[in-house]
Amino acid sequence: MFDNVPLWPQRASSLAGNVDALFIFLLIVSGLMTLLVFSLLVYFAARYRNRPGVPAEQIEGSTPLELTWSIIPLGVFMVIFLWGAVVYFKGRTPPRDSTEVYVVAKQWMWKLEHAEGQREINQLHVPVNRDVKLIMTSQDVIHSFFVPAFRMKQDVLPGRYTIAWFRATKPGTYHLFCAQYCGTQHSGMIGDIVVMEPAQYEAWVSGTSTGPLSATGEKLFAELGCSTCHRFDSQGRGPNLTGVFGRPVELADGRVVTADENYLRDCILDPSAKRVKGFQPIMPTFQGLVSEEQLSALIAYVKSLSKPGEAGAKTVAASAAAPKSAAKGSQVE
Amino acid sequence: MSMATASTQPIERENYLNKEYGIGSWLLTTDHKRIALLYLISITFFFFIGGFFALLIRLELLTPAGDLVQADTYNKLFTMHGQVMVFFFLIPSIPAVLGNFLVPLMVGAKDLAFPRINLLSWYIYILGGALMLHCMLTGGVDTGWTFYTPFSTAFANTKVIEAGLAIFVVGFSSILTGLNFIVTIHRMRAPGMTWGRLPLFIWAHYATSVIQVLGTPVIAITLVLVVAERALHLGIFDPKLGGDPLLFQHLFWFYSHPAVYIMILPAMGVVTEIIACFARKRIFGYTFVALSSIAIAVFGFLVWAHHMFVAGISVYAALVFSLLSYAVAVPSAIKVFNWTATLYKGSIHYDAPMLYAFGFIGLFTMGGLTGLFLACLGVDMHVHDTYFVIAHFHYIMVGGAVMGYLGGMHFWWPKISGKLYPEGWARLAALIVFIGFNLTFFPQFILGYLGMPRRYYQYPGEFQVLNVLSTAGATVLGVGYLLPMIYFLWSMRYGKPASDNPWNAAGLEWKTASPPQTFNFDEEPVVTWEAYNYEELDAPQKKEVPVAG
Repeated sequence: MFDNVPLWPQRASSLAGNVDALFIFLLIVSGLMTLLVFSLLVYFAARYRNRPGVPAEQIEGSTPLELTWSIIPLGVFMVIFLWGAVVYFKGRTPPRDSTEVYVVAKQWMWKLEHAEGQREINQLHVPVNRDVKLIMTSQDVIHSFFVPAFRMKQDVLPGRYTIAWFRATKPGTYHLFCAQYCGTQHSGMIGDIVVMEPAQYEAWVSGTSTGPLSATGEKLFAELGCSTCHRFDSQGRGPNLTGVFGRPVELADGRVVTADENYLRDCILDPSAKRVKGFQPIMPTFQGLVSEEQLSALIAYVKSLSKPGEAGAKTVAASAAAPKSAAKGSQVE
Repeated sequence: MSMATASTQPIERENYLNKEYGIGSWLLTTDHKRIALLYLISITFFFFIGGFFALLIRLELLTPAGDLVQADTYNKLFTMHGQVMVFFFLIPSIPAVLGNFLVPLMVGAKDLAFPRINLLSWYIYILGGALMLHCMLTGGVDTGWTFYTPFSTAFANTKVIEAGLAIFVVGFSSILTGLNFIVTIHRMRAPGMTWGRLPLFIWAHYATSVIQVLGTPVIAITLVLVVAERALHLGIFDPKLGGDPLLFQHLFWFYSHPAVYIMILPAMGVVTEIIACFARKRIFGYTFVALSSIAIAVFGFLVWAHHMFVAGISVYAALVFSLLSYAVAVPSAIKVFNWTATLYKGSIHYDAPMLYAFGFIGLFTMGGLTGLFLACLGVDMHVHDTYFVIAHFHYIMVGGAVMGYLGGMHFWWPKISGKLYPEGWARLAALIVFIGFNLTFFPQFILGYLGMPRRYYQYPGEFQVLNVLSTAGATVLGVGYLLPMIYFLWSMRYGKPASDNPWNAAGLEWKTASPPQTFNFDEEPVVTWEAYNYEELDAPQKKEVPVAG
């Protein structure tokens, strides 16, 4: 019965070591504090056990002591806080040039779509030692993408994207859990992350490929009529989308936002809300007309227009986006 | 010095219990002590319902497969376990029972400021409780006690509106109790009972009451919004209707995080009284302990989003809430250190209340320290929504609040009932509760770090051994909780009569009869001494006792 009783979770991502080190530090700190309090309790309890004729000695208190045991813990807490913040920022910031995977959660399954075009359900194949960025949304309720071996977790919300990333460091198969209660089969919404050696992974990819996701998006872009307005010159009634992704965009109401996945999503589903400056509110909403998977494909396509070499000339002139922040934006690529 | 000097006589004096008989004299009473007993009976009823749900949950988790109940049933069990325990047991437990009984006695008043409102609060509680029972009996609810949207507003097909209504209603009883305490503590202190002479139990209840009055309306509004979206399809939280699901979480935790302090602050107050009495000492650092209660109440309102570090909030917001969460840990640490320091050079007795107080300090320390793990952004990414969280908050709410409640029940039972409980059994029960509790919940810390998510009806096999340990512990814990219930009832009939002050304790509640008469004191007490004047109490009839302070 005890053969299979782990006391420490597997450690299989670049973040896992950071989280474990912090956790062990916390174990030591809180272990010492517990030891201090408990040994004082036990010592006092034994030493000052009531004895007839020995009355308690009344002590009012001591401000220096109060300050000591306020300030020292606060100092220790600040160390924990800062260290925790550093690890958290690392875990929340996907490195550039990560491989992208679109995740659509629904009651009660995970649908995963690789940028290369592979679609999987409740299983995700990834190569070892590659940064993988997850662009996640839900079709219904809130779910949470949790891989204990990677020490990473991110809630997956309906109506927007949340981003997570990991870099697997050890080939193997790891649990993928839904960590946010989502209804009847919540505990059945589990899957596997299969981490493979690069060669194995290439073999898997070539055996399953259906063409990249951005190609599917390009087809949709034409079918849905997007391309009639979003032209690749300066003549379109909508902004030229070349090079837009990742850049600041100036909106009609004067705000400047970064054109990330959530911005593109909002523009497709609710075009008037964050309209680009200089364009008329003529785009219809695609709410209810495109599925989450189609949205992923469209966004993957728009993103591909910002990758060097894929869409040729970066005709910034055609895009009314971000005249103000063009200087800042041009440093990006 | 003593107001009521007569000790127990064979002839029963008139007191609040025997003054009137008959069901009407209880249901229409405005005596805070009788209302406290009404609450005691009602919350004990709900405690055993919630405990029964917990037992079924633990039995289901004995094996990895889902085999004892259906998945939907399991989801309802943990939902209603949480709702019943939080809203119908823990939040009213110490304030509505011990607080109701003791606040007027401790400040030297005849009753609470608004006796009829006090009775009304109990009727509201009963109405809320009836609605909750109705909800359970007509199918129950499966949203988790947290009601997260859009699951609760658009997807759950259980009795969400009924449960929301029950909790909406019961919240008002909490608000009214808090209001009553605030006014009583401000306006009805006996002559000489200055703020600096108040027992720390009163300070803790004052801080609690402020949270109840300020926080509870927010959960009420939030539940109304949930019902509005679910029933009328007003778009508030559901993105399909243009709402924001995270808005719900902000509103929910704005109340529900401070609610943890509604549960733990009164327990801290109880433990402070017990430690002073059984160490025969004034409390070390009275002012710091008093002000730390207020600090917890204030900071407690500023940390809610530490429940949302992986929910999709901005990293900078997470940073601020993590920092503030560490700020609220400091006053809790101050209390633990002051309790410990109070023992120094004391004359320590080991009666059952003190055993519970020791248990409280130990378990609260562990619960508090594991809170540091969860407030830590980097670690929370991993342990959030796992059994680590379950273990942590049970250490606070069960290891802390329930231990404090039981300690207080034993300490004041002679005053409440006029009878002594059997000390040997009580010490045994305290030990069983302590062991059972740790066996139940310590393995869950390990389960959590291993990655077992909460609210799982079935789970991968590698988690089984720890779950079996936990279930075994829950059985022990259950026995530990049944024992006091049995011997308290037994003592009401067969227990030895208690003297007015069986512990030789400080505090005005011990200067009147056990059980007290209807208006508490024969004549209005005048206070000329500090709280915890144990030096005087223990001085063998010396004259010229220098008043400490």
